[in-house]
Amino acid sequence: MTIEINGESHELPRDPRVTLLDFVREHLKMTGAKKGCDHGQCGACTMLVNGQRINSCLTLAVMHDGDSVTTIEGIGSPAAMAPLQEAFVKHDGYQCGYCTPGQICSATAMLQEIAAGWPSDATADPTDTPKLTREEVQERMSGNLCRCGAYANIVDAIMEVAEGEAA
Amino acid sequence: MRPFDYKRAERLEHAGQLAAAEDTLAIAGGTNLIDLMKLQVETPATLVDLNHLPLAGIEEHEDGLRIGALATNTATAVHPRVRADYPLLARAILAGATQQLRNKATTGGNLCQRTRCWYFTNTDQPCNKREPGSGCGALMGRADLHAVLGTSEACIATYPGDMAVAMAALDATVEIAGEKGSRSVPLREFHLLPGDTPHIENVLEPGEIITAVTLPTPVGGKQIYRKVRERSSYAFALVSVAAALRMEGESIAHAALAFGGLAHKPWHDPRIDDLLTGEKPSMALFDKAADLLLEDAQGYGENDAKIPLARRALTATLIDATGVSA
Repeated sequence: MTIEINGESHELPRDPRVTLLDFVREHLKMTGAKKGCDHGQCGACTMLVNGQRINSCLTLAVMHDGDSVTTIEGIGSPAAMAPLQEAFVKHDGYQCGYCTPGQICSATAMLQEIAAGWPSDATADPTDTPKLTREEVQERMSGNLCRCGAYANIVDAIMEVAEGEAA
Repeated sequence: MRPFDYKRAERLEHAGQLAAAEDTLAIAGGTNLIDLMKLQVETPATLVDLNHLPLAGIEEHEDGLRIGALATNTATAVHPRVRADYPLLARAILAGATQQLRNKATTGGNLCQRTRCWYFTNTDQPCNKREPGSGCGALMGRADLHAVLGTSEACIATYPGDMAVAMAALDATVEIAGEKGSRSVPLREFHLLPGDTPHIENVLEPGEIITAVTLPTPVGGKQIYRKVRERSSYAFALVSVAAALRMEGESIAHAALAFGGLAHKPWHDPRIDDLLTGEKPSMALFDKAADLLLEDAQGYGENDAKIPLARRALTATLIDATGVSA
């Protein structure tokens, strides 16, 4: 049983108790994704699995045979930052930075979801094509907590990238 | 987490056989179950992974829609037919959890999710649902999220979900497969009240697996999911109202309502639908509907506010749905 993480294939762990988050952090020593609450409440562990964002703390690694996972290490690096990473730096979208990998992974998927026309609870009518507003971004990012309270700047950073893509 | 054996079900019959074994739980999205396993609220000896069964489809079914048990909450909420014909369901799903959780949560798993009662999730505390006979901590304790309808002396927990409340209003049907064959159960009868067996939450027998939820012919009209909660996103309902209501001329031609956050199951009271149907909407009529809903309501201190809140949420929903106000 294997899993692909950031383009590289890895054997899955034998112990079924190992969560996807612990597998990536403790077994593979990729510590970009963070363990905040370990109960799916904070979003610090957000990864993309087959392109969709999930809480990697609430899924077992053995359940991902054949899946393709992207972590923050697969999105950008200090030398080659992704546009969202650059925007977070520019807008001070963090203070301590602990939630940032999860925020960036989550926002990466979120922009694709809006582009695909997926509605959210902030969309007035589920049949509408959602518009890119601050209210939409706030609702769609509610699974990522920031205890430093950098939310306003996080939304600024995401809006800048989203408007750049739309232009 | 306690050690457990992990088994993957490759076929439906196989899944049923595996899941019928003692101390065995089936896992789909896992967003609730893995959490409970970490808390040691659940300590299965064996976990049966259902994710490889071909149950994720959403397809046309007679005049309605058949949503596979493994269809994710996201797949359902963004499906063009759900958005167009059952907007109530899309709204309810989108009002719950977060995008990360909805991407993993499944139709079947969501129906089987457990209460968020503090005493249930804390193994230091008594809970008749987790440990039958140990007592109910919530009866004399923290009960802000707890039920006001259909409670018992053994349990005042709520069913926490949103999706099933919409499905109750839409009169969906749960398809179940088991060793003795397949059966269908109206969603309104799938979940049980606690009585003196709060650990039995639904009609599934050991080894039975939900395969799909079917939605009947669309009813049209206004479809509203009004969720009242402590935060505007990512919070469980204190009270929610799911309404599918169609006007013809000045009268209500069709009304189907269900309520979340009030009971151990999505609450559906057919007397309310009957009262409204055929009538001209008015504030007096809405008051009567709330009287029916709440005639046996009982608060437990911290959740007393749910009773007037439910009345106001119902009234506001009916005003929105009919356009009639004071």
